[in-house]
Amino acid sequence: MAMTEAVSTTVKPKAVKAPARWQDFVQLMKPRVMSLVVFTALTGLICAGAPVNPILGAIAILCIAVGAGASAALNMWYDADIDAQMRRTRGRPVPAGRVQGADALALGVVLSMFSVMLMGMALNWLAAGLLAFTIFFYAVVYTIWLKRSTAQNIVIGGLAGALPPVIGWAAASGSVPLNAWLLCAIIFMWTPPHFWALSLYTSEDYKKAGVPMMPIVAGAASTRKQILIYSLLFTPLCLVPAFTGLGGVAYLAVAGLGGLVFLLLAVRLFRSQAGDAAAQRNADSGPGGLYDVRAGAKDARNLFAFSILYLTLLFATLLVEHLMGATPLALFSWKLLS
Amino acid sequence: MSDPSRESEVEAKARRGRNIALALGLVIFVVLVFIVTIVRLGASVTK
Repeated sequence: MAMTEAVSTTVKPKAVKAPARWQDFVQLMKPRVMSLVVFTALTGLICAGAPVNPILGAIAILCIAVGAGASAALNMWYDADIDAQMRRTRGRPVPAGRVQGADALALGVVLSMFSVMLMGMALNWLAAGLLAFTIFFYAVVYTIWLKRSTAQNIVIGGLAGALPPVIGWAAASGSVPLNAWLLCAIIFMWTPPHFWALSLYTSEDYKKAGVPMMPIVAGAASTRKQILIYSLLFTPLCLVPAFTGLGGVAYLAVAGLGGLVFLLLAVRLFRSQAGDAAAQRNADSGPGGLYDVRAGAKDARNLFAFSILYLTLLFATLLVEHLMGATPLALFSWKLLS
Repeated sequence: MSDPSRESEVEAKARRGRNIALALGLVIFVVLVFIVTIVRLGASVTK
């Protein structure tokens, strides 16, 4: 906490030098994160199985994408001091001085209002309310409160990233049954292993910025253990849609095989020394970038990279199955879920 | 000697780009609201 306060008072984003280009404002919306949000939201929308006008469906996805962009802009406004400290984020428009903080804030607020309003008018107010809650949760609960105050920041804050499929489902059907929350739960449980694997080999950056990520607060060994525990909970959870009428045979195969690989990588990471002081020194001497091979951090990087692939495959399989009209397994007839 | 109060060519180009992006954003929003109105109104009329 003291470290965080020290950062807040001593580090200021650079003064504006170059004039802001429109591309800088696009970068404020984190287009790469936005594309993942669009993908999971689209899966929710299609899996709902409700007849929805394709134009309105496209508008719903656009609203969710813009809402995600808005919360990213609010995050970049508030976290400019932290971003300026970290190699991975110091080139972002606000810490680099290309966009003023106030402009990022204005963009975030305006886009939030437009996306929620349009969602309410075009689809329904349940989806609009969920979208508004997601933006609020990411910008206020995660960014302003949790991120700087607890090592559980990404666990609780992960809810914001897990909600888009629920919003998509609500937009299509006007309701959010348990199957929609199952998609949410999968992303929610995926978040800790994913982000902690990343933080194991970027913890020096987080430490410098005063962000209490798990490896800094509890140590690398404890983080590796917690990653394994979450992986043991996450991988069986991924199988559940195959038994609730949501996923079919292909989904079960992808979830099962991918889950085994995920677990294997989590066990290897648990038994490795990733994030330990010696390994970290080696990691820091390597080149930059999230996917670069660095000595001592290879196992953490492997799990991080595979976690993205696994989640993408899970949702892509569900999407394809529902688009092709594949029969879900529905081994248990849980009418409540669908 | 150049006038420091005048915009440089780079600044003017950046400003023009931002203005065009803002105008496009507003036009797209208006068009979307129009489309939503037509689609929803159409659905109500056919009921």
